[in-house]
Amino acid sequence: MIELHGIERRFQVGDQVVHALRDLDLTLADGDYAAVMGPSGSGKSTLLNILGLLDRPDAGSYRLDGIETTRLPEERRARLRRERIGFVFQAFHLIPRLTAAENVELPLTLAGRPVRERRQQVAAALEAMGLTPRADHRPDQLSGGQRQRVAIARATVTRPGLLLADEPTGNLDRASGDDVIAALEALNAQGLTLVVVTHDQHLGERARRRIHMDDGAVLAD
Amino acid sequence: MQPTDTLTSAARALTAHPTRTWLTLAAMAFATAAVVLLSALGEGARRYVLDEFMQLGTHLLIIVPGRHETTGGMPPLFGETPRDLTLGDAQALLRSRHVERVAPITVGAAEVSVGALSREVTILGSTADFIDVRRLTLAAGRFLPPGDPDRALPVAVLGQTLAEALFRGESPIGRRLRIGDRRFRVIGLLSAGGVSLGSNLADAAIIPVASAQALFDDPGLFRVLVQAGGRESLDTAADDIRAIIRARHEGEDDVTVITQDALLGTFDRILGALTLAVAGIAAISLAVAGVLIMNVMLVSVSQRTPEVGLLKALGARQRDVLGLFLTEALLLACAGTVAGIALAYAGVWLFNAQFPAFQLVVPVWAPLAAALVSIGTGLLFGLLPARRAARLDPVRALNEA
Ligand SMILES: Nc1ncnc2c1ncn2[C@@H]1O[C@H](COP(=O)(O)OP(=O)(O)OP(=O)(O)O)[C@@H](O)[C@H]1O
Ligand SMILES: [Mg+2]
Repeated sequence: MIELHGIERRFQVGDQVVHALRDLDLTLADGDYAAVMGPSGSGKSTLLNILGLLDRPDAGSYRLDGIETTRLPEERRARLRRERIGFVFQAFHLIPRLTAAENVELPLTLAGRPVRERRQQVAAALEAMGLTPRADHRPDQLSGGQRQRVAIARATVTRPGLLLADEPTGNLDRASGDDVIAALEALNAQGLTLVVVTHDQHLGERARRRIHMDDGAVLAD
Repeated sequence: MQPTDTLTSAARALTAHPTRTWLTLAAMAFATAAVVLLSALGEGARRYVLDEFMQLGTHLLIIVPGRHETTGGMPPLFGETPRDLTLGDAQALLRSRHVERVAPITVGAAEVSVGALSREVTILGSTADFIDVRRLTLAAGRFLPPGDPDRALPVAVLGQTLAEALFRGESPIGRRLRIGDRRFRVIGLLSAGGVSLGSNLADAAIIPVASAQALFDDPGLFRVLVQAGGRESLDTAADDIRAIIRARHEGEDDVTVITQDALLGTFDRILGALTLAVAGIAAISLAVAGVLIMNVMLVSVSQRTPEVGLLKALGARQRDVLGLFLTEALLLACAGTVAGIALAYAGVWLFNAQFPAFQLVVPVWAPLAAALVSIGTGLLFGLLPARRAARLDPVRALNEA
């Protein structure tokens, strides 16, 4: 359950203040599937970063599963990220020197899970993305679609409740983009809350909720 | 994050850039090796000097005319020059039961010649006991004969270098030579070696002390070497010596008695301090290597900024990131140190195999101190980059490419 109230996010650029988000309210129920759409610079990524606890709003309240997150210390926010949130980025952000399996293992390693448990969960996450044969390949040996599916496996290996994807198909061709979206939707079907930022009208229409943003505010929901 | 995972992650990050890692390791290794090698050099020098002293013979006392006291004490009331130390003084010392042997010494330089060959060398006048007091050995012939030290016998014992120069490989025993304008007969040849602090006996001739006094026309002695009965009687022997000389010099304390222990102690301290100083200077190279580590780590952090952002997005805490980069720096420092110490020991081994006369000795503290200092620098210089990484803003870090 996600509750945003009166969220403000301002950036100081030189002597100018950019309002990336203004007085934004948004509620997402568990298992929601929302597409965030809008023109460039409308604040979609900023919203997603705040949802993912990577960024703090300047004002307003953000309750994640009932926990008021805006005033939590950084350590606690890191823990919430580790346990409840998964990220998928447009640029994949895989670590090039690690294999697919090792990239997927990363969140579990950071969480300090025992090795046996890690192996099993990594195998399961890769299996779910149809990547078992690619487990030992490094990112440069994978296609774009495969890379993004490795990133999804990594984002979901800790079984978070919330999956945030910022233009996950932005660097992919139509076919692999569709694969990735199908994978995300399958996860949503299992109960994961899914928020996808996209420019793609076609993708936006598949979502249950479409959140249109402009100039830092929600235009239509 | 578990420590073992931090370690493997850090190691993999290092192996991902082999050239950079090897170069940093090499710098660290050379710096560590320099510290260890230089302190081994210092320690080797210290041992060398101490050994030389030991060769002088244990329980040795050296009597020098004049007062060279540094411990204060009254300056002489009348500004008179100290009395000469005479053969009579030297002989009188044997009255103390703590004095076992006495070797008076006169030193001068004179031309030694055989036919047309001649050589300007050190002439040492002494008595039969000199060979035992100085622990010398003979290669051939015999040493100065015992007997009345006042008798100026025309006999000489030669060092190897001098004998070689004058007799061209033939046996010098029984041959005649001139020292200054006097004629002497060679009765003995010293064994090789005999190079010891301040005097190279290999290029010298030893003649009876009375002969030397006549030759140089000087009744004063240069030194008197005294061998005490044992190590424990050194102090009482020194007291006896001072008392005997005082009695013979009308109550004046006008000699200085140096015990070998005091000399040893002084040299030991000076050389120890020197070793530390040299090692300290070498430690500067460790600091330089530390700066290099910092540089490499800073490059690494800026190259991996998006990776740090990702780690944070995946829930890494500041201390996880700090730990990762600090571990990298420490790994570099540790591996460099181990390699450096190995390098130093290999160098010491090679040197010692090559030059058996002067042995390098690695002092126990050297590798420990080098390891401590280099790991310390690794930590210190790794801290800044690691903290920079840990404090990166995740959103900005992710978007930096
Ligand atoms: N770190 C920052 N510093 C200054 N301004 C920023 C920063 N991050 C975002 N902004 C500004 O905030 C506004 C919203 O940016 P945001 O990245 O959220 O847009 P977006 O909707 O994701 O755009 P796009 O579709 O191009 O990704 C923009 O005007 C942007 O310039
Ligand atoms: Mg964006």
